[in-house]
Amino acid sequence: MTDAARREETAKVSLLYDPRVRGIAFQALLLAFVVFLVYEAVTNALTNLNQQKIATGFGFWDTVSGFDINQALIDYSATSTYGRAFWVGLLNTLLVASIGIVLATFLGFAIGVARLSSNWIVAKLSMIYVEVIRNVPLLLQLLFWYNAVLKPLPEPRNSIVMPAASLGAPHALATALCAALGLAGWFAYKRAKGAEDSTATMAMATLGSIAMALAAAGWLFYGGLLRFAGESGVFLNNRGLILPRPSALAGFGLVVGALALGLVGAFLFRSWARKRQEATGKQAPVGLASLALIVGLPALVFFAAGSPIEWAYPQRSRFNLQGGLQVYPEFVALLIGLVTYTAGFIAEIVRAGILAVSKGQTEAAHALGLRPGPTLKLVVIPQAMRVIIPPLTSQYLNLTKNSSLAVFIGYPDLVQIFTGTVLNQTGQAVEVVALTMLVYLTISLTTAAFMNWYNARKALVER
Amino acid sequence: MSVAYLRREPAQALPPPTFARGPVAWMREHLFGGAWSALLTVGSILFLIWTVPDMVRYLFTDAIWSGGGDLCRKAEAGACWSFVRQNLPFFIYGSYPQPHRWRVDLWMAIGAGLITWLLWPNAPRRSLGAVLFIIVYPIITYVLLSGVSATPGALFEKVPTNLWGGVFVSLLVAVVGIVFSLPAGVLLALGRRSKLPIIKLFSVIFIEFVRGVPLITVLFMANTMLPLFVPEHLSPDRLLRPLIGVALFSAAYMAEVIRGGLQAMPKGQFEGAMALGLNYPKMMRLIILPQALTMVIPGIVNTFIGLFKDTTLVAIVGIYDFLRAIETRRLDPEWAGGTTSTTGYVFAAMFYFVFCWGMSRYSLYMERKLAAGKRR
Repeated sequence: MTDAARREETAKVSLLYDPRVRGIAFQALLLAFVVFLVYEAVTNALTNLNQQKIATGFGFWDTVSGFDINQALIDYSATSTYGRAFWVGLLNTLLVASIGIVLATFLGFAIGVARLSSNWIVAKLSMIYVEVIRNVPLLLQLLFWYNAVLKPLPEPRNSIVMPAASLGAPHALATALCAALGLAGWFAYKRAKGAEDSTATMAMATLGSIAMALAAAGWLFYGGLLRFAGESGVFLNNRGLILPRPSALAGFGLVVGALALGLVGAFLFRSWARKRQEATGKQAPVGLASLALIVGLPALVFFAAGSPIEWAYPQRSRFNLQGGLQVYPEFVALLIGLVTYTAGFIAEIVRAGILAVSKGQTEAAHALGLRPGPTLKLVVIPQAMRVIIPPLTSQYLNLTKNSSLAVFIGYPDLVQIFTGTVLNQTGQAVEVVALTMLVYLTISLTTAAFMNWYNARKALVER
Repeated sequence: MSVAYLRREPAQALPPPTFARGPVAWMREHLFGGAWSALLTVGSILFLIWTVPDMVRYLFTDAIWSGGGDLCRKAEAGACWSFVRQNLPFFIYGSYPQPHRWRVDLWMAIGAGLITWLLWPNAPRRSLGAVLFIIVYPIITYVLLSGVSATPGALFEKVPTNLWGGVFVSLLVAVVGIVFSLPAGVLLALGRRSKLPIIKLFSVIFIEFVRGVPLITVLFMANTMLPLFVPEHLSPDRLLRPLIGVALFSAAYMAEVIRGGLQAMPKGQFEGAMALGLNYPKMMRLIILPQALTMVIPGIVNTFIGLFKDTTLVAIVGIYDFLRAIETRRLDPEWAGGTTSTTGYVFAAMFYFVFCWGMSRYSLYMERKLAAGKRR
């Protein structure tokens, strides 16, 4: 067949059935439809806005807002502009999201590991937690924390005082006793472990653990936190949690400098240790050294500089408390709700990630002579993390997006301030909603881009 | 000749373990497997002793089962179940007029029947059920709930949407989301995997945009921007706006789930279908989609769970869903104060839990069933 004949044959296909022509036709149709929709929307919006006498554009940005916001991380008052209110809202969103992400990660990992625990009761309790939390709407949980738990707290003048100083001394004594008993039980357990009498082991372990639990509880609740609070004044009431407000004195910059130095030092030490291990096989105590550098060094400088922090204690007046740092109940409720909810999801991700590492990996590590601790640290966790991190990031994004539920309990986040109050006052729905969406979209897309980069870096390199 | 280090008699047999099986051995292994485990067990038991009796007292023995709000305001009162009992009609129907409530009941019954048909794996003619659910049921919904007749006293008299409320509105929002998101999700997923650049671009933009913003902002957009975008006489109903928002939102999430199914299809299925001479629509309808959708049923159900929980957010644009109905009544002066808030929330939690947990069990069941063929 000649070229000309072949060309003739292809040309015989009707245009209607040519996939290329069809594809172009479909796309042209869709494009025309979308253009039509956008055109209609814009013209209608312009007419409607004209009729309702609503301004367009971002002229309102520099207008005085006239409303107050109780929680603002930057200077803000009713005479500030709408633009300023936007930043206040954005910062509040980022504040609750970042604290929430950290706490939810810890809680989620703990519960995820607990679900795989060989301890039956712990595994079952964490299963109940996960099932209940994941199957109840977040909004309902937020309303519960806010309206049913935090709102019924007493009024400021009847604040719950967290110190209970009078309880301090006897509890310190009881705690010390329990701790001693616990230690004794533990040593007994250690000794009994070598022997063959297992009933004694069990009895000792139980005794020791009861005493230790009591001691820990006693120390936590009375000996430690509350005794400290008793001297400094922590109040709980329906206006929130009132803490002493720290303010930096001269010399605090040194502590910050030491912290920065410590971080850099820890990082350098880590890379040095890794290089040395790769070259010689010798290991260095990276964790311990980092702890010393990051926590120890600033602490040392802090005390050497004469504790350059001043605490402003809240004072009781007749009906109210004055001074101090007020943590608003809206913030607390939102934080508790977001953390407990997201932790339920993170727990499942962690569990799935650990289960995804095949048993052969653990067995092979044991066969190489690694003990359970190093097996977990060097073999299981690095492989589990590869499975865990992508869905974990999407949970972080979910938490950030879910923080917009703040509007239901009145926490002044971006949505509450901007899409709520500013939208109501200016009526400029298009600009306000679009800007709010843009903020969330930016956060999401940035995280997604970072994740793609991270995944590419951590991807399994095969053959 | 004797070597000192050579053993002469066999080593003594170790004594048998004291308990190898039975409750004590089980406890030793599962509750006291080590010091740390024992500590956790004791801590957990202390926690249970601390919480469970109080919870039982609150929910059952001290609970108020009948009577007015005054009883629930007493200091020692437990859960205020009489609050739930007396307001139950409002929680289910909102302010929907009394003589027409049978329509809501009928609507729920038909919906329950159709959903059972669809979810039951061995039911006959499930494709017919799907058609009924996606095409006929929305019409039934409109006729039954909204009504068609303007004359007062008619069988299907119009009921304005501002009277709608309670459980049935929550279910309505969920059903609209489900019915719309499945077909729209399929189209978007196909669009995203399409070779045609413009179609692919629009699908990607829509999906990523919707998934990148919180539902609340989508609802705000539907509520405040949608009326601006259409001519004034076409301005959508107050209830319709969040329904559109929820539908678009769930479609984007559904699209990603379905795309997962499409991507998991082996290439041979596409090639086989094309070798048989099937064109694109036929290939998708007869070969690819039935398999891909079946594969992702667990994912689809999980999306429904999320959607059902998210229906609570429509309250932000003034819709009286179930949770909002409870919020209204718990602040009612007759009931406000005392334990009504907590009781209302516990009741709502139980309602949502039953639905969501049921769905998640179903999804697990399907997962096992689907994996059965692949198990060796």
